[in-house]
Amino acid sequence: MNILAFLIPVALLLGLSGLGAFFWSLKSGQFDDLDGAANRILIDDDELNDDGDGL
Amino acid sequence: MSALANRQGADDIETVLAVPGMHCAGCISKIERGLMDVSGIASARVNLSAKQVTIHHDPLLKSRDLVFAMERIGFESEPRKGNLARSPSAVKPLLAPLAVAAFASMNVMLLSVSVWSGADGTSRELFHWISALIAIPAIAYAGQPFFRSAWAALRHGRTNMDVPISLGVLIATALSFYEVVVGGKDAWFDGALMLLTFLLAGRVLDAMMRDKARTGVDALLSHAAQGAMVVGEDGALEWRKAEELSPGMTIRVAAGERLAADGIIVSGASRFDQSLLTGESAPVPGAAGQEVLTGTLNLDAPIDVRITAIGGDTTLAEIARLMEAAAQDRSKYVRIADRAARLYAPAVHTLAALTFAGWMLAGAGWYQSLVIAVAVLIITCPCALGLAVPVAQVVASGALMRAGIMVKDGSALERLSKIDRTLLDKTGSLTLGRPAPDPAILTLLPEDAKAVALALASHSRHPISKALADALTAMEIRAVSMENVEERPGQGVFASWRNIEVALRRPESANGVAVTLEITGHPTWLIPFADRLRPDAKEALSRLSKMGIETSILSGDHAASVSAIAQETGLAAQAEALPADKQQAIAQLQEEGHRVLMVGDGLNDGPAMALADASIAPGSASDVGLQASDFVFVQDSLIALPRAIHAARATMRVVRENFALAVIYNILAVPLAIAGFVTPMIAAIAMSASSLIVVGNSLRLARAAK
Repeated sequence: MNILAFLIPVALLLGLSGLGAFFWSLKSGQFDDLDGAANRILIDDDELNDDGDGL
Repeated sequence: MSALANRQGADDIETVLAVPGMHCAGCISKIERGLMDVSGIASARVNLSAKQVTIHHDPLLKSRDLVFAMERIGFESEPRKGNLARSPSAVKPLLAPLAVAAFASMNVMLLSVSVWSGADGTSRELFHWISALIAIPAIAYAGQPFFRSAWAALRHGRTNMDVPISLGVLIATALSFYEVVVGGKDAWFDGALMLLTFLLAGRVLDAMMRDKARTGVDALLSHAAQGAMVVGEDGALEWRKAEELSPGMTIRVAAGERLAADGIIVSGASRFDQSLLTGESAPVPGAAGQEVLTGTLNLDAPIDVRITAIGGDTTLAEIARLMEAAAQDRSKYVRIADRAARLYAPAVHTLAALTFAGWMLAGAGWYQSLVIAVAVLIITCPCALGLAVPVAQVVASGALMRAGIMVKDGSALERLSKIDRTLLDKTGSLTLGRPAPDPAILTLLPEDAKAVALALASHSRHPISKALADALTAMEIRAVSMENVEERPGQGVFASWRNIEVALRRPESANGVAVTLEITGHPTWLIPFADRLRPDAKEALSRLSKMGIETSILSGDHAASVSAIAQETGLAAQAEALPADKQQAIAQLQEEGHRVLMVGDGLNDGPAMALADASIAPGSASDVGLQASDFVFVQDSLIALPRAIHAARATMRVVRENFALAVIYNILAVPLAIAGFVTPMIAAIAMSASSLIVVGNSLRLARAAK
């Protein structure tokens, strides 16, 4: 029984952190352009000069 | 590029361009890379779902420069009107409740499984208490979309699908909490949360589809600031927005520009394309003293126009008023899910009440009778019924979207499936709505002449030149390079090529629209232009008649050009119909008991489209046409029409099957519940099984648009 006092909080904590991570990603705009994200993986890195490079 | 010059400065401004033409990873990298090479642009970020690019740039760069830069990269674009205005998404407010419901249901299920597999005594009580602690706040938060909609319906004395859902969830939660407090055996938190998770997932999918269709249509709408070049008293030219125009001002309208106000021509003579306004396909000539209308396209030469009416007084505004009245009429349509709920909710609630009364009469205590009655409510909670319609519509809309048909609203599929009569606008709907060069003449041209024609045409933004350039590019012709290119308004494009004078010009005399290609020392070619039927038009029409749908033409164009098309397609036709006449024609058919589909593109079709039972517009339609329509098809082929109707009918067939499945499930489960055999475990299994069966059945629609 003692193991429960340890495992249940752990299970809840893990679940909550997953939920928190989802809310964070939702807020930071990572779900704004799902099609774009799916396609960007196909772009070669050296082709695309993102902001902050070239230094 | 120099990275330092492109670093983001403090005084950079943000501009959002709509780019309807981008669709792939190649486009993203081309646009982002291409824009970063333009000096003054600090950053460019593409949003592919919204078909927009957000650019941070030096305030010295105007949005016209950005559009020009995009053109050099090879994409047409338009600045968004409200720069930062992003249209609200229907998905986002549902994602958080879905995440909460999914998180809570998984954790509660974990505890429930332990209880079902034999935990009892203090550990069962502990598990129940933890479940309650997770479930009650989660249900209070995640159930809100349902509670709100149910409350809104009840307050107006109506009922919808959300009423039985909300009641089921709330009663299950309340009963479970009571059980937990008194240390009872059964808690139903897992069932209530699972129900919410399933239903929210269905709604999120539904909202995603609608968001996608809306952003697709949004990208097609022209977001350019409407306005005009105003000629001041001293002759100075100044660009003013449409709102800043007032009657009495004189505006200069360049060739290829649309008029921003009604007015009278002061100087200059040109021809005007009124097809969006009246459906008339042939250009109308106009000279000083004649009246011109908002929304017409100036084809040939720059003219000066004195404004007589703006905004609410224009012909456009009159059309908008007609549309508004018609749209109110259509909002009375009751969706099939709500019609089902009207039958379902009273039946279920009566059944639960009868169960309670029956057990009381049979001598069970009030507590036991109540628990069994609540079990009936929970097991009949319309999980499968709530998913039956949205999932089928989502899968079908997805299939249609892949086939190039955007569905703006789920109820549109319901309305489209009942159609038995179709009215087609001519210009732009049955035909392509833009002049195309005669393909027979084009193939006759020698290769050199084709390359010269393309080079000349690509130097002009005139619609005729653009059409010629598009047609030649499609034939994989490469343009030659030439010197001294000069475009003379109203005349044509002139240049020299290998020291020979060449020109693409307006013919001295021609019936209809044409251009001549002159290459000094060679014979002159006359290239006639005409509006053509959409590809596959005949195939599409024959498929429609096979489906039992009668079709006819309803056009605002002159009788002569309408009858030519009517003969070619073998359809009956009504010509020279004003917007109000079109509405009248539809109202009359509806009175005769027909369900009418209106296919149209122009402003003049807007009122008719708003009144019809369902409406479809091509992607090339006017903004008004796009907004009034339920469906938008983006490719040229008219085959989209029978395809959409076929998919709509298949969808409704699957929806009815889903309802049947849900009813069968209830017939099996309800007797068990009434007899008092249902435990939370049986309820959880039964509800998820019935939901999955409904989802599986709906997935068959993935190929509905074939």
